[in-house]
Amino acid sequence: MNSPIRRVSAGCLLLVLALLVNITYIQAFWADELNARGDNRRVTIAEYARERGPILLADDTPVAVSREVDGDFKFRREYPEGALYAPLTGHYSYLYHRSAIERAQNDILSGEDDRLFVRRLIDLVTGEEPKGGAVKLTINPAAQQAAWDTLGNNKGAVVALDVRTGAILAMVTKPSYDPNPLASHSIREQREAWIEIHGDPENDIPADPDKPADNRAIAETLPPGSVFKLVTAAAALESGEYEPDSVVFGGAEYPLPLTNRTLPNQSGQACGSNDETTITNALRMSCNTAFADIGAELGDDALRDQAERFGFNSRPLTKDDMNAATSRFPDDPDAPQTVLSAIGQFDVTATPLQIAMVSAAIANGGVLMDPYVVQELRAPDLVSTIQQTEPEELSRAISPDTARRLTEMMVDVVENGTGANAQIPNIQVAGKTGTAQSAPERPPYAWFTSFAPADDPRVAVAVVIEDAPDTARSDIGGGRLAAPIAKAVMEAVLSS
Amino acid sequence: MSLDQNRLRLDQPSNDDPVVPRRGRGTELILLVFAVGISTFAYINVDLGALGEVPPDALAYMGTFAAVAGLAHIVIRIRAPYADPVILPIVVTLCGLGLAMLHRLDIADEAARANVQLTWMLLGAALFIVVLFFVRDHRILARYPYLAGLTGLVLLVLPLMPVIGHDIRGAQIWIRIGGMSFQPNEAAKIVLIIAFAGFLVQSRDALALAGRRFIGVDLPRARDLGPILIVWLTALGILTVQNDMGPSVLLFGSFVLLIYIATERISWIILGLLMMLGGAWAAYQLVSQVRPRFDLWLNPFDDPTNQIAQALFGLAYGGTIGTGLGQGYPDMIPIAESDFIGAALGEELGLAGLTAIILLYALLVSRGLRSALVLRDPFGKLLAAGLASSLMLQVFVVLGGVTKLIPMSGLTTPFLALGGSSLIMNWVLVALLIRLSDAARRPAPTEAPSYSDDAVTQVVRLR
Repeated sequence: MNSPIRRVSAGCLLLVLALLVNITYIQAFWADELNARGDNRRVTIAEYARERGPILLADDTPVAVSREVDGDFKFRREYPEGALYAPLTGHYSYLYHRSAIERAQNDILSGEDDRLFVRRLIDLVTGEEPKGGAVKLTINPAAQQAAWDTLGNNKGAVVALDVRTGAILAMVTKPSYDPNPLASHSIREQREAWIEIHGDPENDIPADPDKPADNRAIAETLPPGSVFKLVTAAAALESGEYEPDSVVFGGAEYPLPLTNRTLPNQSGQACGSNDETTITNALRMSCNTAFADIGAELGDDALRDQAERFGFNSRPLTKDDMNAATSRFPDDPDAPQTVLSAIGQFDVTATPLQIAMVSAAIANGGVLMDPYVVQELRAPDLVSTIQQTEPEELSRAISPDTARRLTEMMVDVVENGTGANAQIPNIQVAGKTGTAQSAPERPPYAWFTSFAPADDPRVAVAVVIEDAPDTARSDIGGGRLAAPIAKAVMEAVLSS
Repeated sequence: MSLDQNRLRLDQPSNDDPVVPRRGRGTELILLVFAVGISTFAYINVDLGALGEVPPDALAYMGTFAAVAGLAHIVIRIRAPYADPVILPIVVTLCGLGLAMLHRLDIADEAARANVQLTWMLLGAALFIVVLFFVRDHRILARYPYLAGLTGLVLLVLPLMPVIGHDIRGAQIWIRIGGMSFQPNEAAKIVLIIAFAGFLVQSRDALALAGRRFIGVDLPRARDLGPILIVWLTALGILTVQNDMGPSVLLFGSFVLLIYIATERISWIILGLLMMLGGAWAAYQLVSQVRPRFDLWLNPFDDPTNQIAQALFGLAYGGTIGTGLGQGYPDMIPIAESDFIGAALGEELGLAGLTAIILLYALLVSRGLRSALVLRDPFGKLLAAGLASSLMLQVFVVLGGVTKLIPMSGLTTPFLALGGSSLIMNWVLVALLIRLSDAARRPAPTEAPSYSDDAVTQVVRLR
């Protein structure tokens, strides 16, 4: 009987090996994937048991912190400034996961990042409670607050950029939401807060029509209207065919090619005598017919090429993983569509960030810096740096010469034209207004973009107002509504 | 292993140079000190990890374990002095780890199951002692194979009786008498293996006769298929009626292995595997609890709250070295205290700890199989091999189930899982293994005047 017993023993050995190989596969190789699954609550609970690192502003003010509380979960996430920084911090929720920086930098904040491995090992040995690292943003609190305050009850967004580095100094969207209740440890409170924003299809509760969780500053594209004339003007000057004082068509209406329709000026009047004007004049007055004519002459390829060098058709902030939207110049417009595109209508769409990038490139001698919002990643001791963002050039959008001429033209807009509301005493400001039509039934979008000081630029701003409940429809315009906001933000940056 | 082989050679009777074989009791005592130590440290570790303090009753706990281990050790010294010294320490360690995990789950669930389990362990150890005292020679178990078989079958069907039968989580495998729940199939398993071994010793010659050849395999004669068919049908019957896969697989698997060892004919294994597959297919079609378990095995993440997904999450969370006792979330695995205690231990002790546990089982099984190899009487060989391989099968089916190697079927994890019936019957099983290893390692009587005559008488006495 011994030989079958030996064979049975060998069989038992095989069973043991099968068990061991299987658990080795699960616990040593499959484990990372299992731990990364969204439906794995263990990882979430463990995350809550660890002190999550703070999110800091440029001056080290915390805008997201973890506080120790009693209960099953050891730490609660708190956002001292609430809605003001919500588009940046995002939310951190047990039921509804994470968004924005809380999502993009989760590995650092939770302490799971590979770059923190050695520290975790030390914590394991010393018995220290593991903690998360800190994320420091580029945001200037004074600029952020100024943008928030001056936006008032209007629905819109503001972006401010450091023109020399691409660092985002302010990112405001309104209406916003308070991420605190979403981070509550009460499931009910989380759910109520979420439903208030996103609705509940199962119970026929509609979402908030104002979409407070959408980040209008970087993630929503709108027709840019006249602010896009900066791109058209840049393309014209870069082509070598035009100078700032080149004479262009300036009639009250521009006949759209291939159609029997015409494109009128906002004022309904011609932009100069004999239906003629110069580019400088046309920009100051935001003359539609002049830029329609220039666009028709340059053609869609030249416009698209210039737009893409300013950042259109590629997604910004990918390094920071902020889910920004891509601004678009249409792929294949026909002749009338090209004319409309040249004045920022038809299918041209842009985010406030993109428009701020146009201003920033002009301000920075034609060099477009890659925008970023994460300044620095810090270790859990909150002092030592793990990673520092170095400014990077994104493209040479225009020549320094074109940049200088455009700056002069934009200064003229603020000093003598539609952008007068952005003037700052003793500081030269360059800017451009925009009032974009979208649908006949809704009010136009009011845009303004600017930079200052014009002779030594530091900050570029873009403002958009989608809806101004306190303003009559006929009064909605970039110069009237948006320029004062840009002014306040520039002042805040320049005085800090 | 080589040491043991040397020892076995020494064990051979030698008339001119009588050698006193090593009994290994000292080794057992030292290993038991480690076993009690590991158990106590695991218990303390749970409280340190989960509550941050040393449990106030740690000394009493250690005392209980030491008393159980010491008493069992003394009884072995008296009643089975040549027993394998590794078996008892392994069992004590496994019990200690199981109790620590139950205590850990008690903290999480605010329950008090570990105390109940500790009481059962004391009862199991008591039964262990009783078995060692009353079964002084394993061969007396071979006397009434048919009676044993009948007893086993009655134990199996008891849960289906009205009044005392009782189902938990859809499986009707419990009886309840006076407020106490008991799973009689745990006892039936041992009784039936004894019965199989006894039956096969009597009829193995007939079963070994070749019948028709089929694709190069000698099939048994049709008339000899009777016993395996009866067991197969019984197993399927239990499965269908009691809605529980585990015991059927275990029962059938053990029997096929025994019949193979008895007849030395591989065709029985092939036939058994085919019938197992056929049975599995039939069960998949007919038995309500089988299909969802199969689907769950293939797609565990369809419902991330289910046991398999949670067990995998737990194992993954534990990783290579585990979270440490008291510091994971094993309570998130449904019924972690019984069927899924393997996953709970894998989470908190990690791949390292779970590997150690599996190797403890492997060592235990190998000790049983070694006794089977060395034993001189066919019944003893069959019984030792049957008990050891059934233990292996049980461990494989339940741990393979919780780790998604095979579909989950309800079986307890020996010595670890919550459940009194399983625990005390496994202590009985270990008592038998101790008895068998003692017989295997005991030197044959050297002063016997005529060794061959004596051997013949022994065979006659078996009947």
